[in-house]
Amino acid sequence: MPDTINEIHPNKPTQVPQRTRMLRRFVRHRGGMVGLLLFGGLLVIAIFAQQIAPYDPLALDYHSTLQPPSPAHWFGTDDLGRDILSRAIWGARESLRVALLASAIGIIGGLVFGLISGYLGGWADVLIQRIVEIMLAFPTILLVLSIVAALGPNLTTILIAAGISTIPIYIRMIRSTVLVEREKEYILASVALGAGQFGIMARHILPNVLSTAIIYTTLGLGGIILATSGLSYVGLGAQPPTPEWGAMLTEGQRLFRNAWWPAFFPGLFIFLAVVGVNLLGDGLRDLFDPNMNV
Amino acid sequence: MAYVIRRLLMTIPVLLGVIFITFAIIKVTPGDPVQLMLGQRATAARVAELRLQLGLDDPLLVQYGRYVLNAARGNLGTSIRSQTPVLQEIMLRVPSTLELTTAALLLSVLVGIPAGVIAATHGSRVLNQVINVLALIGLSIPGYWLGIISLSFFAVELNWVSVLGGEGIKDLILPAIALGLPSAALFMRLTRNTMLEALGSDYVRTARAKGLPDYLVVWKHVFRNAMIPIITALGLQTGALLGGTVLIESVFARPGLGRYAVTAILNRDFPQVQGMILFSAVVYVVLNLIVDLTYVVIDPRVRRS
Repeated sequence: MPDTINEIHPNKPTQVPQRTRMLRRFVRHRGGMVGLLLFGGLLVIAIFAQQIAPYDPLALDYHSTLQPPSPAHWFGTDDLGRDILSRAIWGARESLRVALLASAIGIIGGLVFGLISGYLGGWADVLIQRIVEIMLAFPTILLVLSIVAALGPNLTTILIAAGISTIPIYIRMIRSTVLVEREKEYILASVALGAGQFGIMARHILPNVLSTAIIYTTLGLGGIILATSGLSYVGLGAQPPTPEWGAMLTEGQRLFRNAWWPAFFPGLFIFLAVVGVNLLGDGLRDLFDPNMNV
Repeated sequence: MAYVIRRLLMTIPVLLGVIFITFAIIKVTPGDPVQLMLGQRATAARVAELRLQLGLDDPLLVQYGRYVLNAARGNLGTSIRSQTPVLQEIMLRVPSTLELTTAALLLSVLVGIPAGVIAATHGSRVLNQVINVLALIGLSIPGYWLGIISLSFFAVELNWVSVLGGEGIKDLILPAIALGLPSAALFMRLTRNTMLEALGSDYVRTARAKGLPDYLVVWKHVFRNAMIPIITALGLQTGALLGGTVLIESVFARPGLGRYAVTAILNRDFPQVQGMILFSAVVYVVLNLIVDLTYVVIDPRVRRS
């Protein structure tokens, strides 16, 4: 009696690995690809800001103040003669760094507490869920403002505040995924084989909730970019002359009676970044879990 | 009734938790909060005086208890800068924020829900694509940027509205759009999705089989069932819109609560910050309460559970 499938069908073509199939499906997802190109493009700009930016983002040039867009300055200059394109490129680095780090804080916190809460259950679950309830009981923005009030207005504070304020939402999402995963038979098998609780969490549950975590993080990133840039815009985040999109908007608004471009371009970058991650997030969700309801 | 009472009692720990958080703010602030409030040049005597006045030298639990008791009596402390009672300052700013939030909510509901219904019931492919793209733009556009751009166009170029802090109805339109657009997009998506789900269900097939006219099926059966998630979203979005005023009021220089919160933090006026956060939390808790009680009215299943 043959003991493997290959012995029954010796000439059966090897199956395309699941990873390749997923990749092909994603490439065919138009929105997801547009999102990936947009956001990926901005990330490349952020990483290579030094090489790409035509001017020093902080360099003042009193001979060309408030110039409209031209071949020399594609996005024009501000009232101090600084090149807005260069500032927007460096702004990508500041703004995306803050948003990505904030997301990282949120999802890592969400994973740690969500895993503990969902897998261990018991008093840890009760305690974590009560805290989550209180944190979710008032708007995210208030939590953020409380933290900014405590630590003082600057970019690092915004990063920490935005990160912490998303933790409870991620805990909820991760916990519900863990609760489903925990009941599967392979977990029971691991327990029967004598695997420890933390071993099971790290080796089995974590990899299986990771795709969900990635989707949620991407879908939440747009909101974080809008929030962190917005807080910089009202003066609670990046302080001048830092080239950060939100802070650039503040300077742009001061000039809008005379010139539209200093406010237009940084906002356009924020918009494109958010469109990019939203499309990417929708694409990833369709790919991994079409039934997920977010 | 038991449900209502239980639900009311649940708000107490939340509010106590919020007050605790506002207390933690002062405790974790690096450096002496009083020195921060008064600036580096304040004399040691003035700092000591203010510490005494704010009761900061008492044990934390005593301070906490005192604050809770005072707050229950409507005393949220006195602003360091203006020397005015914080509650009075807040009340002065409520109408402006209420006006803006209501306008934005109305706009988002009146645009979002009908658009969602149309997309679900009359959706041709092209129309659906257009609505999808509009929803994506609505959800992704920074409202504060839209505000600045629209101001520079309608106020500076066309001179239709005043640039800063106009009070009329006309001056409410741009801020309401800037604030309400993401919510409109959200309502649109949500209405469309829940309507599509309901349209595919068995009771709709039964209603059609009975020979009910299309409009009756849509409005009496589908829309009524789709309302439940929409009401949840309505509560959440009202909270989000209130939060959004922090940014939008700054764009349009409106004298509301959002702007007040920002200046309170920038000035490090802690009684203002604490009062502001507690006040907003109360508003939010009441909002959630209203949403939960609305379920009892529209969904008989909740009453029985």
